[in-house]
Amino acid sequence: MQKITREMLIEKAAALIAEGKVNRVLGWKNGEFSYDVTPALFESVEEMQKDFVFGDFCGANFSKYLVKEAKKDGAVLVFLKPCDTYSFNQLLTEHRFDREKVYAVGIPCEGMIDVNKIKLSIGDGLLSIASEGDTVKVETLYDGVKELNRNEVLSERCLNCKSKKHVAYDELIGEDGEVIDSNRFDEVEKLEKMSADERFAFWQNELSKCIRCNACRDVCPACTCEKCVFDNPNSGVENKAAANSFEERMFHIIRAFHVAGRCTDCGECSRVCPQHIPLHLLNRKFIKDINSFYGDYQAGEEVGSRAPLVNYTKEDIEPCDAVKGDE
Amino acid sequence: MQVKEYKPKIVAFCCNWCSYAGADLAGSNRLSYPAEVKVIRVPCSCRVNPMFILRAFQRGADGVILCGCHPGDCHYTSGNYYTRRRMALLFSMLDYLGIEKERTRVEWVSAAEGAKFAATMNDFVATVTALGENKRLEDLRCKK
Amino acid sequence: MKKVLLANSSALFNAIKENATLYIPVDLEKGRVAYKKYADGMVMSDALKTDRSAKDFFFPQTENLMEFKVDGKNIEVIDTRSENEDFVVFGVRACDVRSLEVLDKVFLAEPVDTYYKNRREHGVIVSMACSRPTETCFCGTFGIDAANPQGDIECYKTADAFYLDAKTEKGKALLEKIAPVLEDADDTAVNEQKAEIKKILDKLPLKDLSAEKFGKDKTDEFFNSPEWKNLSESCLGCGTCTFVCPTCQCYDIKDFKTNTGVQRYRCWDSCMYSDFTKMSAGQPRLTQLERFRQRFMHKLVYFPTNNDGMFSCVGCGRCVSKCPISMNIVKVMKTLGGKE
Repeated sequence: MQKITREMLIEKAAALIAEGKVNRVLGWKNGEFSYDVTPALFESVEEMQKDFVFGDFCGANFSKYLVKEAKKDGAVLVFLKPCDTYSFNQLLTEHRFDREKVYAVGIPCEGMIDVNKIKLSIGDGLLSIASEGDTVKVETLYDGVKELNRNEVLSERCLNCKSKKHVAYDELIGEDGEVIDSNRFDEVEKLEKMSADERFAFWQNELSKCIRCNACRDVCPACTCEKCVFDNPNSGVENKAAANSFEERMFHIIRAFHVAGRCTDCGECSRVCPQHIPLHLLNRKFIKDINSFYGDYQAGEEVGSRAPLVNYTKEDIEPCDAVKGDE
Repeated sequence: MQVKEYKPKIVAFCCNWCSYAGADLAGSNRLSYPAEVKVIRVPCSCRVNPMFILRAFQRGADGVILCGCHPGDCHYTSGNYYTRRRMALLFSMLDYLGIEKERTRVEWVSAAEGAKFAATMNDFVATVTALGENKRLEDLRCKK
Repeated sequence: MKKVLLANSSALFNAIKENATLYIPVDLEKGRVAYKKYADGMVMSDALKTDRSAKDFFFPQTENLMEFKVDGKNIEVIDTRSENEDFVVFGVRACDVRSLEVLDKVFLAEPVDTYYKNRREHGVIVSMACSRPTETCFCGTFGIDAANPQGDIECYKTADAFYLDAKTEKGKALLEKIAPVLEDADDTAVNEQKAEIKKILDKLPLKDLSAEKFGKDKTDEFFNSPEWKNLSESCLGCGTCTFVCPTCQCYDIKDFKTNTGVQRYRCWDSCMYSDFTKMSAGQPRLTQLERFRQRFMHKLVYFPTNNDGMFSCVGCGRCVSKCPISMNIVKVMKTLGGKE
C-alpha cells in the first residue's frame, strides 16, 4: 500500500484551495514532542507547510468539529480516516452539519500509536518517536534509543479496528480498504462471563478513577446536545464532580446510553480519558447487545439509517430475557 | 429483642392508560399488594427515561418496576415498543455493571388485569425482599 | 541531615505511621500512580508524578461544608467538620510543593478558608527530589528547583538510602518523633544527587521556556491578542487540565437535597465549563475562546498581578500529558511570548 505522507496531503489541500473548493483546512498540528499533536484549522498552504503533520499520533477524529466549522462561511477541507467517516455519516444522519459546506478527503490509516503504551513499556522521558515500517524508534532521555514493535504500541481501538473502508468522502487518497471482522467484543464477552460480584468490582475500580472532566463526552461525535443534562442546573442531576460512586455510575451509564445505537465505536472516549478508564467497554456492550437483540447494526454505515432505539419490531426480545445475569 | 422486619422500598412506574388503571382495578377488587410499592403515574411507559430509574435507586428504592400496556395495545400506538428496547438495553447494562438483575423489571399489565397487577407486585416485593437492601446503586446521602 | 537505608524503608514508614496517617505514592495497574494510605508491605512508587496532585489532601474534589435539617419551621445548621487527624504526605515533588504555596495565597488570605487551613495545619509534607525529570517538566521556568524540593522535610532517594532534612518546625518535630529509625549522615550523597539532577535539568526539552514576558500587570498586552483564536480553536471545553492541575483552585458550592434535609458541599469547578460561575444572567464568558483565555491569563497574568508576581503554574506538566487535544500552557506561552 502506498504510504500517505504529509506532503501529499498538503499538495491536495493546496490544489483544493487554489480551485476555490475550500477556504480552510482541518488538520493536525505539530506539537512540542512527537506525540502531542493538536487538531487545528489551517487557513493557508504556508501555515500547513509550517506546522501540518500526518503520522502516528493523528488519532483525533475531526467529524465533531464539523458541527462548528460548517456554520462558518465557505467550505472546509477535512481529512478523514476510515473510522472517522462513520462518525461523519452519523452526524449527517442527525442533520448536525451541512454536507455542502464540507469537502471530505478520505485517507487510509495504518493505526495510531498510544503514547501511554510506549510509556508503560519504556518509561518516561520520550524525546522523539518515529516509526519505520513495523518498528517504532524512541529516543529517550535516560536510555538512549529504544526500538519497539509498532503493533505492540498501537492503541486499543486500532488493534480492534472494525473497518479500513471509508463510508463517506468526496475524494480518496490512496486505496480504500475493507470492513474487518474484528475481535472488538472479546473484552465485553470476558466481562459477561464473570460473576456479578466480579463485574461489580471491576467497574467499581474503573469508575472510581473518574475525575468528571467530561472529556469523554466533549470529544464524542455522538454527544452533540447543545446543553447536556449534566451541565444543566435545572435538570436535577447536574454535578460538576461525582460526590460518590452512585454519581460516577449514573454519569457513565447515561453517557453511554444516550449514544447507544448512535455510537460508531470510534474509540475517542477511551483515547482522551486522562484516567485511562476503558469507556469503550460500556459503549461496546450496548453495540453488542443491539447486534444480538435486533440484528447487526453499524451506526454511520449509511446516511439516514434508522437507529435501533428509534425503531422496533413487534417480536422484540423482552427485557427479562435480555438480561443474562450470572450463568 | 425484636428484629425489625426488612421492608424494601419499591417504585412502580405505571402507564396512565393500562397499568395505572390495572392498579385501580386491583384496589376496587380489594386485591392486596404490599404498601411498600409506591406507584408513579406516567403518561406512557416510554415516558420513563433511564435517568428516572437510576434516580429512583439514588433516592432509596430497592427495586424499580415499570408497567405498561401490552405490546400492541399502546394508547399512542408504539410507545411501549420503544420502552421494551430501551429497558432491554438498560437492564442488560445494569447487569453488566454487576447490579442485581432482580431489582429491575418490566411487566405488561392491562386495565383489565387487576389481579395480574397485584400478583406482579407481590412477587416483585418478595423477590426484592429476598435480595435485601440496594447497596450497589445507592447514594448514602439519601439514606440518613 | 538524617538517613534511613532503603532496606529499612518499612521501618521508616511504620515509624511515621505511628505518629500520623501516612500517604505514599503507589504504582497501580496500567501505569497509574496514586497516593494511598500506607499499610504494611506497601512499596513506594518511583514514578515521577502521581496522576492527581497532592492538592487533593488539602482541597479535595468534593467536600461537605455543612448540613441543614428542616423540621417544621425550624432549621438546624449542622457543622459536619470533624477534627482532622495529623497526616503526612510522603514523596511530594518540588512542583507540587510549590503548588501548595500558590493555594495558600488563595485560601489563607482573608477571608481565611478554615476548611483548607485546618488540613494545612494538620498535614506534613515530605518532599522528594526528582532524580528522573521527564520531557514534559518545566518547573524551572517558574524558579522551582527540582533538586531542592522544599516542603516540611526535604527527602532524597539515592541508590541505597533516603536522606531526610527538616526544613520547618513541623518537619523537625516529626523527625524527632521518629528519631530511633534515623541515622546521622553527611550530605555527600545528597550533593552528588543534586549535581546529577542539575545535569539532567539542562537536557530537558523545555528548559529554555521562559515566563519573563508574562506576569504582573500584563493584562493589556495579552488580553486582546489575535492568537487566542487559533489557540482555543480546537479546545473541547472539558475540565481535564483544570482537574489535574495542582494549582487550579476554583470551586462551586452546591446544595444537595437529601431525603431529610440539605447537604451543602463544594466541589471543584472548571473555568472551561459552560456553566462556570453561572448566575441568573448566565455565564459571563460565552465562548470557549473567552474561557480558554481566562485559564491561561489567570495562571500567567492575573494571579501574579494579585500575588506579588507569583505565577500560578508550577510546570508539573500534567496538563501537557493529559489534554485530549494536546493544547497546553507551554504552547500558549510559546505562541504568545513569540518563539525565540
